[in-house]
Amino acid sequence: MSLDRKTVAHIATLARIRLKDEELDLYAKELDGILHWVEQLNAVDVSGVEPMSGVGRFALPKRKDEVTDGNCRDRILANAPEPAAGFFSVPKVVE
Amino acid sequence: MSNLTDLTIAGALDGLAKGRFSAKELTQAHLEAMAAQRHLNAFITETPEKALAMAEASDQRRHAGKAGAMDGIPLAIKDLFCTEGVLTTAGSHILDGFKPTYESTVTANLWKAGAVMLGKVNMDEFAMGSSNMTSYHGHVANPWKRKADKNAMLVPGGSSGGSASSVAARIAMAATGTDTGGSIRQPAAFCGIVGIKPTYGRCSRWGIVAFASSLDQAGPMTRSVEDAAIMLGAMAGHDPKDSTSVDTPVPDFRAGLTGDIRGMKIGIPKEYRVDGMSPEIEKLWGQGAEWLKAAGATPVEISLPHTKYALPTYYIIAPAEASSNLARYDGVRFGLRVPADSLDEMYELTRAAGFGAEVKRRILIGTYVLSAGYYDAYYLRAQRLRSLIARDFTEAFKQVDVILTPATPTAAFAEGENSDDPVAMYLNDVFTVTVNLAGLPGLSVPAALSGEGLPLGLQLIGKAFDEATLLKAGQVLEKAAGFTARPEA
Repeated sequence: MSLDRKTVAHIATLARIRLKDEELDLYAKELDGILHWVEQLNAVDVSGVEPMSGVGRFALPKRKDEVTDGNCRDRILANAPEPAAGFFSVPKVVE
Repeated sequence: MSNLTDLTIAGALDGLAKGRFSAKELTQAHLEAMAAQRHLNAFITETPEKALAMAEASDQRRHAGKAGAMDGIPLAIKDLFCTEGVLTTAGSHILDGFKPTYESTVTANLWKAGAVMLGKVNMDEFAMGSSNMTSYHGHVANPWKRKADKNAMLVPGGSSGGSASSVAARIAMAATGTDTGGSIRQPAAFCGIVGIKPTYGRCSRWGIVAFASSLDQAGPMTRSVEDAAIMLGAMAGHDPKDSTSVDTPVPDFRAGLTGDIRGMKIGIPKEYRVDGMSPEIEKLWGQGAEWLKAAGATPVEISLPHTKYALPTYYIIAPAEASSNLARYDGVRFGLRVPADSLDEMYELTRAAGFGAEVKRRILIGTYVLSAGYYDAYYLRAQRLRSLIARDFTEAFKQVDVILTPATPTAAFAEGENSDDPVAMYLNDVFTVTVNLAGLPGLSVPAALSGEGLPLGLQLIGKAFDEATLLKAGQVLEKAAGFTARPEA
């Protein structure tokens, strides 16, 4: 399978990264190389093998469903690029 | 008094306990080394005032008889660990100006043990790289030089390149690192120091900037195995804030360093003889087995049949997790924001400006392998391969106690070598990445110098949560190798 500019542009949109025209060519070539290399995995018969999403030696613990912190608005906003009136601010999304 | 920056953690703790020097003197000596070696570009943020204040507090604790397990020891902290009130960048432009309002659990544990922070060290951007050449804050130099070519700037390895460089150059007595595919063990090998990636779940990941959450693990980078044992003990432990941190007792690793490995079975995996491995490293590997045998262990040839698939498996799984983890960098809540008229445009422009080329490459790969139509072919297949790779180790550990392999296929390379082809660069992790996929502990020990005069490392792989055996065998290797070389100042 080979990756073209159009596919890279689509992935970039999904990933929310604006790519320049010349970057589309560069990434198409590089990603194609990487994907070609990983296709060696097709040589292994994996039928019946359980997929492993993590090491997961132990069951995930559960905690009580209760508030353990709070009242820390200023700490949460401390690094915001443009906080406004105690909120994060973003460009207008509703006309 | 010998130079304070040459001491190991064990030696410094002894000197502090006997009152030969104060923590403040020890810290001052390291701050001077830091100032004298800025050409290495090992630090992103220096915190000398904080270091001296912490050292003073340490002296007071010691005076009051309340010294902790690492009291007064000056450390470099990888810039991936969130440190309260201190700039934390993950080596990226997109975290410009980010000063966490909280402290990572691992660093909090170290401060609780009395350690002193010298500053935050450089790293590959978001820990993605094997050369420390992807940092927004510039390349880090390896303090080692080739005998025949002192001008070539060698890479310190990555991603914990600033950590390894600062410890090798005697700026920091030890450093924290993180390892997702070899990012502690490969730079440790390139810089001639000790590095251990503990079992997944041994150290809390809370407050560490995430790369690939099912693989990432923090560990110590030190100048001796004994120091690694001391520091791992201080870093490790259960943390309710990280649900993957495991609630199991942390043994006294230092007390376990008995030097007695009689009867231990050492696995030698035949699949680790790969193309492109330097003959020197192959020879050193054989030598390592002989050293362990001479100490009473038995080398056993084993098979890990899916080894060759580990690296391509990793380069699907890690980018997939990274593409998801790095979605949070969108210019809304912290770091860089590129203003735009619409929200989507702000996200796209911020991420385009904030991420470097390697990070974009991995986000794009990760997005692709998780996208509709390709998920089964790439991601799900990689997860099944991961099961087979982990199963290989389960089988092997029915026969042996630890596994011995090389740490890296070559000694440190120079800037510009390997960098035009991403796949060639990825091959640096070929011996280390299997351990992350299986969640096992791995230890890199400096064992010899190459013909060019550069350090070469051996790796030991252990059973899950059996770092004690790993460190014990590692110390036997360390003693047999007698590695005393150091970079020229």
